Amino acid sequence: MNTNNGANNGAATDRGILAVGAYLPRLRLDRKSVAAGHRWMAPGLRGLAQGVRSMANWDEDAITMAVEAGRRALAAAQAPAPEMLTLASTTLPFADRLNAAVVASALSLPKALAASDCGGSLRAGGSALIRALQGSGGQQLLIASERRIPRPASTAELMVGDGAAALLVGEGEPIARLLGSASLTADFVDHFRESGRDGDYGWEERWVRDEGLSKLVPPVVKQALQAAGVDANRIDHFVMPEKLRKVGPMVAKKVGVRPETIVDPLFDRCGDTGAAHPLLMLARTLAKAGPGQTILVVQFGSGCDALVLETTDRATGSDTEPAWLDEGQVETNYLKYLSFTGQIELEWGMRAEMDNKTALSAAWRAEETVHGFSGGRCGECGTVQFPASRICVNPDCGAVDTQQPYRLADEPAKIRSFTCDWLSYKPCPPFMFGHVEFANAARVLMEFADCDPADLAVGVPLDMVFRIKEVDPMRGFRRYFWKAKPQLKAGE
Amino acid sequence: MANGIRDRVAIVGMGCSRFGERWSDNAEDLMLEAFSEALRDAGIERNKIEAAWLGVCLEENNVGKTAGPLAQGLRLPYIAVTRVENACATGTEALRGAVYAVASGAYDIALALGVEKLKDTGYGGLPVRTRGVVADLWLPNASAPGAFAQLASAYQAKYGVSYDDLKQAMAHVSVKSHDNAVLNPKAHLRNKITIDDVLKAPTVAEPLGLYDCSGVSDGAACAIVTTPEIARELGKRDIVTVKSLQLAVSNGEEAQFSNWDGASVRTAEVAAAKAYREAGIADPREALDLIEVHDCFSITELVLMENLGLSDPGRAPFDILEGRYDRNGKIPCQVDGGLKCFGHPIGASGLRMVYEVYQQILGRAGERQLAKADIGLTQNLGGHPHQNVCAISIIGRLGA
Repeated sequence: MNTNNGANNGAATDRGILAVGAYLPRLRLDRKSVAAGHRWMAPGLRGLAQGVRSMANWDEDAITMAVEAGRRALAAAQAPAPEMLTLASTTLPFADRLNAAVVASALSLPKALAASDCGGSLRAGGSALIRALQGSGGQQLLIASERRIPRPASTAELMVGDGAAALLVGEGEPIARLLGSASLTADFVDHFRESGRDGDYGWEERWVRDEGLSKLVPPVVKQALQAAGVDANRIDHFVMPEKLRKVGPMVAKKVGVRPETIVDPLFDRCGDTGAAHPLLMLARTLAKAGPGQTILVVQFGSGCDALVLETTDRATGSDTEPAWLDEGQVETNYLKYLSFTGQIELEWGMRAEMDNKTALSAAWRAEETVHGFSGGRCGECGTVQFPASRICVNPDCGAVDTQQPYRLADEPAKIRSFTCDWLSYKPCPPFMFGHVEFANAARVLMEFADCDPADLAVGVPLDMVFRIKEVDPMRGFRRYFWKAKPQLKAGE
Repeated sequence: MANGIRDRVAIVGMGCSRFGERWSDNAEDLMLEAFSEALRDAGIERNKIEAAWLGVCLEENNVGKTAGPLAQGLRLPYIAVTRVENACATGTEALRGAVYAVASGAYDIALALGVEKLKDTGYGGLPVRTRGVVADLWLPNASAPGAFAQLASAYQAKYGVSYDDLKQAMAHVSVKSHDNAVLNPKAHLRNKITIDDVLKAPTVAEPLGLYDCSGVSDGAACAIVTTPEIARELGKRDIVTVKSLQLAVSNGEEAQFSNWDGASVRTAEVAAAKAYREAGIADPREALDLIEVHDCFSITELVLMENLGLSDPGRAPFDILEGRYDRNGKIPCQVDGGLKCFGHPIGASGLRMVYEVYQQILGRAGERQLAKADIGLTQNLGGHPHQNVCAISIIGRLGA
């Protein structure tokens, strides 16, 4: 067991969590609808069939959700661009292609960046947070993102959810800093998943609870508390994803943490977002915590990580839930979920047969245009245009080679025209797209995301979101671009 | 200042195949069907053709690349044959090639032929296709109805026209074309429909329903062109000439710059102004006896009435509803059924439009013959409203 006393590390006094961001997909899968589909063969799932879990849209994956969480953390931070990016997940789309590089590109982070993907177990997010907080030097953006696809009719299908959380860690005026941590690594296989597969294979829950959680977790937590120099009963918030129901109180009791400090594992809001979940729960806790509070974060998976954090004066506890924990939109169509997750093959017709092979050489040339949503601003007349071009599009200007990169991803925009196209193939028809006008007068024909036909009207304000544009199943590739998401009125 | 093409080239023969689902025919059969009619009309031997232009758009579903299919299909004797492509305006592009070749004096007699075999794709509508390796990275892979439907929402927003008024006017466009096609034996869709049929049809791309969309057809059309002098030598008394041929191509402003309203086809405005000037037409509303426009969708025809200067801005829906463009209206539009009902074999469509104007001028339009037809306009559009090529021709009696 490895322990660390953050308080003894002089360099760490001003190092801590500088900003947080979290993202849940808009869709919330209704668990009753899932269980109803399986009632004929797995009536026992009824017990879990309450509320909703978050569900990635067809065009979301661990990369796109990471981008959204990362944008939010960076927007919340008054800090220079990070020098390091870590992307933690067990469900990254590419086994060999740095997923973090796609995220960095979409966030328009400087190319002088150290970046890594980390995975391996559900501990990936928590472990990366310990390393980030223990590290020294510049700003590090840590994002954990997960989109797991459990087997239909497994309990995991009801327990898990999709989502991402991001923490900007570095020197400055942190919201919270590390007091101490401990880690244990053990090849305790409560579940596993072969590379490239969906769906976990898991062992009996009673064994997982009695031999795993119950025996492996408490010593690590105690070590972390000891390293932090904090008594268990002084912990104000106990963050531990609910691997099994009611496991939080069991651990709390064993280590002496007050049960009322157990943080809501968000089963009712989104479900367990895997490697992202401790950070997602922490993001919510930090949004609600006041100054001088202690937070215990625990994650189990091939061992255990435990961190003890303390909030600073910058933590300004709020009673209101953070905006990302909104109600979302309930999805009751289980067949749609199966189709979005590739677990059922529907007849999409011949239009779906179009070959979406990507020319990697062209994609590299267009990397900043496509991932960074970078257009060009004419140095002569100020016209912003997308994509950037050699000759300014303004007919009264026409200057050559005057355009500087101009990122459109964060620019306000609105709908100029739209349609709901039922002819084009889309994994979630209709294909909604239209002409988008940015506040700086740039215009782009764009796809709309996360909306219903009724949400579209000329003049509706839009936010840009990074999404999967097309999937190439023949070669196992997917290409990403930005889409325009209508700003929905409250409650929609 | 160039003099333009007015009256410098005559059309001496035209042919058009029956359009439709020609399951049993190859593109070569369609080409020969149109060409044979044109040769008979011109009264010349096949070996008098000195140069030819083949218009084919989607060669991958069709005859493949190069001009070879025309040379081989018609067994042309080792003459110059050029293949052209300009999206849905390909047919007019072939005509431009042949007409300019004759006007240049390089050839006495030239052929323009457009053909498309669209019904070998296995599904309805135009085939899906790539936009190129770079554009595919960011451009939505929009269907044609989706791209043209944009006009409707922008038009409503710009002019404050209600959804219902616009839908009614669009429905009138389609009902009118179906009525006209009943009288056209070569048309693909020859059934009458009602306003109610249009309004209740399944949605293709909001607000376009099934009956707001043109047919997708197999077919070919062609023109044999020469000088007015040779036309007389061939014994032609009633000589039909080209008054203007204009082409305007989007340069990216509509899609990328803030000076386009999204409710119009700017290339049509530009090309029309040049075409009227070239033809010496001061007031097109009085001068034109008939028009054949690119009614790929009902909304396209609607906005084109304004962009061609025939309706005032914001007034097209009401002019349409008042019957201004019906066959007995002030400016009959699509008297042959248009793309909507005659059909839309892409490479042939521009030449099909000219074919109808030519037949009307020569008084050969049978049941659908108009009382007065001395001069007519064709407008052929390729691409999408925000990025397109627009070809306009004005065809008329020599001296008109």
